[in-house]
Amino acid sequence: MSPGRRRAARRESVAGYGFLVPWLIGFLGLTLGPMLYSLYLAFTKYNLFKDPEWVGFDNFVRMFTDDPQYLQSVQITLIYVLVGTPIKLAAALGIAMLLNYRNKGSGFFRSSFYAPSLIGASVSVAIVWRAMFSTDGPVDNSLSLFGIELGGWVGNVALVVPMMILLAVWQFGAPMVIFLAGLKQIPQELYEAAEVDGAGPVRKFRSVTIPMLSSVIFFNLLLELINAFQIFASAYIISNGSGGPAGMTNYYTVYLYKRGFADLQMGYASAMAWVLVIVVAIIAFILFKTSTRWVHYAGENR
Amino acid sequence: MSTIEVPSAEFLEISTEPAPQRRRRIKRKTVNTIIWMIVLLALTAIVLYPLVWMLFATFKPSSEFGQNPGLMPDNPTVDNYVKVVEGIAGTPLWRFFANSLFIAVMAVIGTLFSSALAAYAFARIKFRGVGLLFAAMIGTLLLPFHVIIIPQYIMFNKLELVDTYWPLILPKFLATEAFFVFLIVQFIRNIPRDMDEAARIDGAGHIRIFFSIILPLIKPALITSAIFTFIWTWNDFLGPLLYINTPEEYPLPIALKLYNDQTSTSDYGATMAVSFLALLPILIFFIVFQRFLVDGVATQGLKG
Repeated sequence: MSPGRRRAARRESVAGYGFLVPWLIGFLGLTLGPMLYSLYLAFTKYNLFKDPEWVGFDNFVRMFTDDPQYLQSVQITLIYVLVGTPIKLAAALGIAMLLNYRNKGSGFFRSSFYAPSLIGASVSVAIVWRAMFSTDGPVDNSLSLFGIELGGWVGNVALVVPMMILLAVWQFGAPMVIFLAGLKQIPQELYEAAEVDGAGPVRKFRSVTIPMLSSVIFFNLLLELINAFQIFASAYIISNGSGGPAGMTNYYTVYLYKRGFADLQMGYASAMAWVLVIVVAIIAFILFKTSTRWVHYAGENR
Repeated sequence: MSTIEVPSAEFLEISTEPAPQRRRRIKRKTVNTIIWMIVLLALTAIVLYPLVWMLFATFKPSSEFGQNPGLMPDNPTVDNYVKVVEGIAGTPLWRFFANSLFIAVMAVIGTLFSSALAAYAFARIKFRGVGLLFAAMIGTLLLPFHVIIIPQYIMFNKLELVDTYWPLILPKFLATEAFFVFLIVQFIRNIPRDMDEAARIDGAGHIRIFFSIILPLIKPALITSAIFTFIWTWNDFLGPLLYINTPEEYPLPIALKLYNDQTSTSDYGATMAVSFLALLPILIFFIVFQRFLVDGVATQGLKG
């Protein structure tokens, strides 16, 4: 490299890192640093007042062998994620296809369906949800018109989980908008060709829509799974921070918050957080690994 | 754009059809459109029902709750609003609004400033380590933030910044929300390089190029980021729950919790009215900027 070239390269580096200063401070000071510190805390006992005390793997062992509340929070979080996410994505895809079918007023519908996604995690919506599903609330009342008498959902151990899943599904708008954009990019010729070959609607969906949409499905799946694991505000508000009834809204992050900031068991809560990181990393890894088999990237014209 | 059910081969046949049959076909198409419209309108009604119900509930006297789960109040009243405006725990309602507004506006300023700077570096400057840093930035997109809230809390506690707005605002000035950096990077990458290369030949440095060429061109991405930042900050619950302890300093979501805790059984009407007022700025924002928001999400998803 000539001296002039090298000087230019150095100038670029100075400019690059110069522009990145705020991000670098944030990344090192508020993300990477805290991550490493929380990894250390995960192996300690720490209550904010006394110095952290090294306990090795005790937190992790206790989590899985001596903490039924933890195991329950894992269980309901998994149910919420594994049941809620597929339903939400199916609703998003179904309605996106419906919107893509014809164009009349689709701007209005798109926006109406998207609105819940923006406000779904807000305290206001959690309060409304609780009121709507309470005893003698509008949901109960409409169901009783069909002869279904369920009583309130909020305090009911069996119904509070479906209620929370409904809240998640109600926010199908964000993945729907992404699906819709993907559907619009599928060339019509593919459908016409399939039809000439005698394909019916189901076959067209399976052989054209799904493969052509696979990269978008992958993206939505990854994003929604990770989001679902982090449900907090609505569960916290609906149960008044208690995680009740009988721990059925004690989602992973609600329990983490209680351990960390109510009981001041910050080492234990850090260990919980790291288990979550590992689970999310494993899911992302599996999705990325298997994606080469089912995700189909058509023409790199993006 | 409804070409799915009218393939070209069949279409040719139609043109040779006798007129009555063709008319019947067109009629069937109209019927399909009407059914499609009805299905979507019904779905819209279901999806928007909770919000409409909430709005009407704010006009129900508290005694009516539990007896009237329907939409329309039997005895409409504005008492709930009158009561709610006075505030709670000795703090008037406007104070919570002002607190939320301050935090949200600062968050918008901070996010735009720091994210645009970082995005320019990632998208346009070639320097040693840029690939690794970009990968790290993308990695933080997938990171559950619960892993950093405990150390962050400990840090802000040591710095004696708990019960101030610093822990809520400072991270925004340091581009910690990778979503927006990524969004702006994608946008800058779509801008042709010709213009900044011409400027470079004329002797402009990166600072000049950033401020006079890139910044004006990425306005749509900045607007999208600004609206999302505002709405997310306005809705944020966990942050203020951790850091703000003084009721007069509460932003709306925490103030709402206060209402909910103290009055949920006795005063449903008032709780609904505050909840609705807290949501109102977002709904207005949404109605005004829906195009930006919806398109912003769509482009974000597609350009991976």
